Amino acid sequence: MTRAPDAVEIAPGTHWIGALDPALREFDIILKTANGTTYNSYCVRGSEGVAIIDTVKASHAGEFFNRLEQVARYDEISTIVLNHLEPDHSGALPELMRRAPQAKLYLSAKAQLMLKARVKTADLEYTVVQTGDHVSLGDRTLRFFSTPFLHWPDTQCTLIEEQGILFSGDVFGCHFCDARLFNDKVGDFRFSFEYYYQHIMRPFREHVLDALALLEPLELKLIAPAHGPILRDAPQSYMQRYRQLASPLLHNEVGANTKSLLVFYISSYGNTALMAQAVAEGAESEDGVRVSLYDLQSSGDLPFVDLIEEADGIAFGSPTINGDAVKPVWDLLSSLALIKVRDKLGAAFGSYGWSGEAINMIEDRLRGLKLRVPIKGVRARLIPTEEELDKCRDLGKQLAQHLTGNIERRIISMTELLAQEQPHA
Amino acid sequence: MPKANVTFEKTGLTVNVPAGTRLIEISEKVGASITYGCREGECGTCITKIVSGQEHMSERSVLEDKVLQENMAGRDHRLACQAQVLGGDIVVKA
Repeated sequence: MTRAPDAVEIAPGTHWIGALDPALREFDIILKTANGTTYNSYCVRGSEGVAIIDTVKASHAGEFFNRLEQVARYDEISTIVLNHLEPDHSGALPELMRRAPQAKLYLSAKAQLMLKARVKTADLEYTVVQTGDHVSLGDRTLRFFSTPFLHWPDTQCTLIEEQGILFSGDVFGCHFCDARLFNDKVGDFRFSFEYYYQHIMRPFREHVLDALALLEPLELKLIAPAHGPILRDAPQSYMQRYRQLASPLLHNEVGANTKSLLVFYISSYGNTALMAQAVAEGAESEDGVRVSLYDLQSSGDLPFVDLIEEADGIAFGSPTINGDAVKPVWDLLSSLALIKVRDKLGAAFGSYGWSGEAINMIEDRLRGLKLRVPIKGVRARLIPTEEELDKCRDLGKQLAQHLTGNIERRIISMTELLAQEQPHA
Repeated sequence: MPKANVTFEKTGLTVNVPAGTRLIEISEKVGASITYGCREGECGTCITKIVSGQEHMSERSVLEDKVLQENMAGRDHRLACQAQVLGGDIVVKA
């Protein structure tokens, strides 16, 4: 493999001065890498100043400063742009600020919090920028684009206007380490690009689409992300791929006025299955809701994550075994951090033998995921009675009514609410 | 004791509560999608949009003001863990 490079010119006057981390196999606990990652930082030289775009992880600061010193003196640095304050990009920032104290910091409004947490200095000075703002380096102009939640609240992109070079932060990046740097030179990294999107950007799909609306009209010659290969060959195709990834996999037959409710269940003796059927029946009795019923027993959770991403409401049926909901339910619930579920409607139900804690536990998890859980779940000891199945039908019907907006607007006192909210007896 | 009516717009429920109740105490019982973190007014997790009736709520403390400003929240937002309802009709986007 090619040896670690010196600073690499990626366009006239602009150099990659980042760091390679080929030994890394796991990033931030949640992401695997096949060959490590890179922390990409860039140096932009204009006729009236030098800008540093992002830094690197603290453990790799030496490499970063070595490369920086190959292309600029510290007293020449007029500008430091922070597209994203996560420690793998801001680790070397305090030392860079010490070495180039005259440099002005530019960052998004949301980044202020993280900057103060990162650099514990009382007299911290910086400039907050947003879409439309720019900084001049003489013959080079850095223009800022606010692209929040990709994947932190603080994230932004920076463009060298005259050259069509976009410093995109984590957007269009991936964990792939190859010293040849450029997308037309490195090994096949397509799987890393897709994997990175699925795990880092997917929960923020709406924000991805907002960012694309802002970035797609730009005539880009090169995208320089904060991780992985520099995209100089067909940079627009990576934006197109993001647009595809941010769109539903299949056309959804549900019309704009029809809501989708998914009922998941798992059942050891068929009792929770009976309840699930009743919930589905109740929901189907309302017009305008498409109800789908799924058994978690024989299915992996990933296809369901895709379905839940598109659904308006989800209900989970689980028996209580050893005082807990069962593992397939938790597996699916723990996978939902990959997608946006906030404000979807949620509910729980299930059969139990002795204690029946599963329903409350599932409801708590759904609330933790920021779903609305306005209807108390239904539980039944062992075999549900006809009355309990009616409660399940009513649960389904109420869920459907919430989805369609046909809910009866109720007034309730706090005392009644508290009584209703007591844990299941 | 004075009472307030707090309506959760998306949930379709109005709760009649004693004055002085914090918004988070009601929202978590209703099952509205307001999530909380620290419950001490520091983390900003429970920022909530008040659709109407802000004049019937407790004044923002210096801490709440600071957290809302740091999170770029508009004047119509409150921290649910800090804001108390004092009376009248209040509508919340949750």
